[in-house]
Amino acid sequence: MTNIVEIKNTDLAQTLEINFGPQHPSTHGVFRMTVQLEGEKICGLRPIFGYLHRNHEQIAENLPYAAIMPYTDRLDYVNALSNNFGYALTIEKLAGIEVPERAEYIRVIMAELARVVNHIAVIGFMLNDLGAFFTPLLYAFRERERILNLFEEITGSRLMNNYFRVGGVKRDLTGENLAGIQKIVSRFPAFLEEFEALLTKNEILCMRCQNIGVLSAKTATNAGITGPVLRASGVNYDIRKVDGYSVYNRFDFKIPLGEKGDVYDRFYVRILEIRESLKILDQALSTIPPGEIMNKKSLPMLKMPRNFKPPVGEAYGRVESPKGELGFYVVSDGTPQPWRYHVRAPSLINLTVLEEMCLGQKIADAIIILGSIDIVLGETDR
Amino acid sequence: MNISVEEVKKEIETHLPNVKLRLVRDSILIENPEDLPQVALFLKESPRFLLDYLSSVTGADYLTFLESVYHLYSMAQKRGPVTLRVRVTKNNAKVPSLVPVYRSAELQEREAYDTFGIIYEGHPDPRRLFMWEEFQGYPLRKDYAQEDTEVLEIADIAWLETRGIEVPVEMKEKAKTLHAAGQRAVAQKPEKPRP
Repeated sequence: MTNIVEIKNTDLAQTLEINFGPQHPSTHGVFRMTVQLEGEKICGLRPIFGYLHRNHEQIAENLPYAAIMPYTDRLDYVNALSNNFGYALTIEKLAGIEVPERAEYIRVIMAELARVVNHIAVIGFMLNDLGAFFTPLLYAFRERERILNLFEEITGSRLMNNYFRVGGVKRDLTGENLAGIQKIVSRFPAFLEEFEALLTKNEILCMRCQNIGVLSAKTATNAGITGPVLRASGVNYDIRKVDGYSVYNRFDFKIPLGEKGDVYDRFYVRILEIRESLKILDQALSTIPPGEIMNKKSLPMLKMPRNFKPPVGEAYGRVESPKGELGFYVVSDGTPQPWRYHVRAPSLINLTVLEEMCLGQKIADAIIILGSIDIVLGETDR
Repeated sequence: MNISVEEVKKEIETHLPNVKLRLVRDSILIENPEDLPQVALFLKESPRFLLDYLSSVTGADYLTFLESVYHLYSMAQKRGPVTLRVRVTKNNAKVPSLVPVYRSAELQEREAYDTFGIIYEGHPDPRRLFMWEEFQGYPLRKDYAQEDTEVLEIADIAWLETRGIEVPVEMKEKAKTLHAAGQRAVAQKPEKPRP
């Protein structure tokens, strides 16, 4: 026995390089990384991208502006509505199109529902990665299914919604739809109570998540981390509040912040964010005004998309998607197609600090750290 | 809250007199790319702007030159954006890397290199991001010629034949002539885009 201890303490200890992904189920798609191990400890990690690369930007540069909207659904396919929101906002900025008030409210309602869907799915998958196989995930999916059915009723599709238009939204919400959303919103807190009773103070979850993958506020800011991951590190930065785009500045909501920036904080910030989203939804549903859902000026654009030519110029629009700051940079040269179209994907940029968070942790923790960052490969690889 | 570009330009010019700037639309063009890191560092540390967050880095191809565009925000003051841009020629597309100042440029500069071939000097890991290392060309440049996927290359034919798949003779000959001429199989583009 003494011999074994001696060998461990000399330089004979070797590092082992293992390949992780792209087919590993916990990578949520086709993410791949190579991990260097010393025993079970991680001493190096290198992410490798590109397995879902389809050059989204070049596809978009060869399409008229209106035809890009369905392609943005495929970026972050868990919540397509947020991507629609970002793209519509950018083109409106570029062409100077106003959006009617009712359409703005509908956009906020749909985007917040998408945020709820995303966050519960992420929490469910993260617990799956922790080893709580499918029980919490199916609890979360039971609720997600209700919202997705609603999306299908309103937009015609469960996931690839393609619902927003430049200058408004595709279809009005009927009284029935609003009642359906209200029903979901009012019964959701009961589900969250149930979910939290099972998870938040669960000893195993606390032991696995607390003090794992700590990210300091300074590093997070410098590395451009956004979204719940940034707020879990204690930086108060939410684009809904900062830019106040659309009609977000009319609603009263708080920004939940974490203290340490570990995996547990990221998990809990998301639960609190769902509660804030429900608050926004409550207020939006009670104050939604009647009126138009589409700017009359942009109607010709939908009927003849190749005749829509924004003035020469450029615009950078950004929204707070559930994963972080989703930015679109569009340059127009006065033709029906954009000259340059770029997506600032939060999933990709949040991975900048993955190695730093994983160094010194166990290999099993790398999986939950990756799960807590919340990436979607459609957006990471584009 | 927005920051006025003129204000930023004036502030940079008073503190860094050697840097030449020009306004392009709502952004600041830095005439000499070499000045970019010091301008970025100044904006990051100046107590007046505190632009501590580099949101987006991307390239753009304007036929005669390439451009690298930076969108800066301030997380501390919740202001922004300030857009910086530098222009380089296609033959000598070298821009100093901003990774020492902002780590968020790390993956985005790799992406801009991958798609536009802008070389960011001083980047700690200057590899392609999405494409494999052997890939030739820069797909988002306007003069990029798309590969013809119908035409097989010598390596493809060898791969197929070791697996017992027969390849027609014409395809083999075409691959040989292309290989001898040192050319890639380029897809035929339609002469005019659809109106």
